Amino acid sequence: MSETAAPTLLGRLGGWFSPAASADIAAAEDAALRSDRFRLEREGEWKRLEAIVTRIERGRLRGISDEDLLALPALYRTAVSSLAVARETSLDAETLAWLEVLTRRAWFIVYGPRAGLGDWLLRFFGGGWGASVRALGHDILIALALMVAGTVAGWLLVASDPDWYYALIPAGMADARVPGASRAVLMGTLFGQQNQSGLGMFAAALFSNNAQVSILAFALGFAFGLPSALLLIQNTTMLGALLWLYHGQGLTIEIIGWLAVHGTTELFAILLAGAAGLHIGRAMAFPGDAAVLDAAAAAGRRSAQVMVGVVLMLIVAGLLEGFARQLINNTAGRLIVGVFMLVFWTGYFFVWRGNAGDGTSEGVQP
Amino acid sequence: MARREPRSRDRMVITPEGVTLPIVLAAHGARAAALLLDLAMIGAAIIVTTLTLIWIAGGVAVAESDLQGGTAKSHALQAIVVLWIVAMFLFRNAWFLFFELGPRGATPGKRIAGIRIAARGTERLTTEAVIARNIVRDIELFMPVVFIGGAFAAGSDADLAGWAGAIWFAIFMLFPFFNRDALRCGDVIAGTWVIEAPRRKLGHALSVSAPVAAAEQAFTFTPEELAVYGEYELQTLERVLRDGRGPALDDVADAISRKIGRPYPYRAERVFLESYYLQLRARLEQGLRLGRRKADKHAA
Repeated sequence: MSETAAPTLLGRLGGWFSPAASADIAAAEDAALRSDRFRLEREGEWKRLEAIVTRIERGRLRGISDEDLLALPALYRTAVSSLAVARETSLDAETLAWLEVLTRRAWFIVYGPRAGLGDWLLRFFGGGWGASVRALGHDILIALALMVAGTVAGWLLVASDPDWYYALIPAGMADARVPGASRAVLMGTLFGQQNQSGLGMFAAALFSNNAQVSILAFALGFAFGLPSALLLIQNTTMLGALLWLYHGQGLTIEIIGWLAVHGTTELFAILLAGAAGLHIGRAMAFPGDAAVLDAAAAAGRRSAQVMVGVVLMLIVAGLLEGFARQLINNTAGRLIVGVFMLVFWTGYFFVWRGNAGDGTSEGVQP
Repeated sequence: MARREPRSRDRMVITPEGVTLPIVLAAHGARAAALLLDLAMIGAAIIVTTLTLIWIAGGVAVAESDLQGGTAKSHALQAIVVLWIVAMFLFRNAWFLFFELGPRGATPGKRIAGIRIAARGTERLTTEAVIARNIVRDIELFMPVVFIGGAFAAGSDADLAGWAGAIWFAIFMLFPFFNRDALRCGDVIAGTWVIEAPRRKLGHALSVSAPVAAAEQAFTFTPEELAVYGEYELQTLERVLRDGRGPALDDVADAISRKIGRPYPYRAERVFLESYYLQLRARLEQGLRLGRRKADKHAA
């Protein structure tokens, strides 16, 4: 073994003291096989690619020089073409397997998620959000119809038999708001809470709860959208029952104001979440020409963007509910805030086109 | 699409450059391990955050009145509670999102398990896809927990809720076992799958290292002697040479020597094998360039 190891050692020592490139060339000239010469001539570039890819994978983007970043796509294509050539000319399993792994790692980086979270958010607010909402198309109308139907059903059920009220409204929410409560008690639940503190906490808890509900409405969409529809109806029957209760004491405008402060934002968000769920459900039930899985994936990506927006809307709704509703103690003020938010969202989604083209990142080519 | 072996986890994708790349779907065990690791890490992060916030709150005995009052102290406490609620929401929803959007496409648990997410087929992984697959994770994983917890809090039938939660959980956990690509529901919605992300080191080029000189030393094989084996045997021999273990070398050298009917001197098995390997590879690669492949020793 000693006589066979000596040349390697010498070669390595030589490699330390001479420029790496010339050592590569010398090694390539030494190589007995054509395929090994092919490998040694390109190995420097492959190794450079590997070093860049490793550094990017570790998240150390700042440590990479501009030249390296610019060279990355070219190095990647070199590796790909090397792989294609090596498959046709080389029987060195080790090199082939290594090149496949390297190419795959580089492929994920070169063709990875193009935008970081920051860039993505910029595009998202600059029109991508509205575009994704518009892409839901008819599903928004279906969800809206379901919500209206739910509200009407809630109202009618409670009007026909007040016992339904207890079935529809969860016990924790009912407290003073029960059928037969006096006008004064009901008024008390609507006004006069501006001195209450702990609003921030209240807002955060509301947001967390609402966000989970709407995520549920979306995620259940893949059961062909039925659970999403049920959830929409179930949540709006509560609304209908509540409206009926206050209507009975002549507080219709007041309750609408009370609800509208945050409700226009929150109900809009739930509407969108439900529509996103229906969108997926419909895509899976009626995939058209595409395969079911492809249709579901396309619909899922479109509506995921909507869902990020829904969560943001719910943050706004939680803040409005926690602060604005308690601090604005008159119906006119509440209605103004509520209507303003409604106009704002509608305009932002359906009128303003922004500058993000069709809004999906697949659509924006470099 | 061609029908595949039902159990195989190997898949082929085609890069935009038109080169096929083999990928291997992650095993169920690796994915489960990655998930458990992530959950453990999230749990640890939640505990640390909670303890830190309690510590910041001064460890005061928090009374209901402290949270509701208007004093400076209660304002500070409220801020901390808000922070806590937001932090919990982020841990639950943003942990997977943040890490899977990174260049490795893997959460810490997935990294340890050596797997990553990728878009199915040749599409590129998009931010939307990562968001979609993680929103759905919420109902797969956290819903039953919330469900059972809610039943306990409301004092209703916890047994029933427990069973419902367990069935719910089982449906989603078993989902990956009943489709070809081991997709969970989130993967279906997002158009992603989970694959192995191996890394390896490049071994040396066999024809450059030491034995080049040695190859000239003794053995030159005739075309007939080289015609015995094909690519499969060549690559087996390559593995043996790279592993470099003595007994294996002996056995393989003996086998080849018997097969081609050519003895080799005592303790020269490595030189013998390396010479044979290089000459066989040179011959097979020459055939390759001319469009003649010999898959293994049985091939004509």
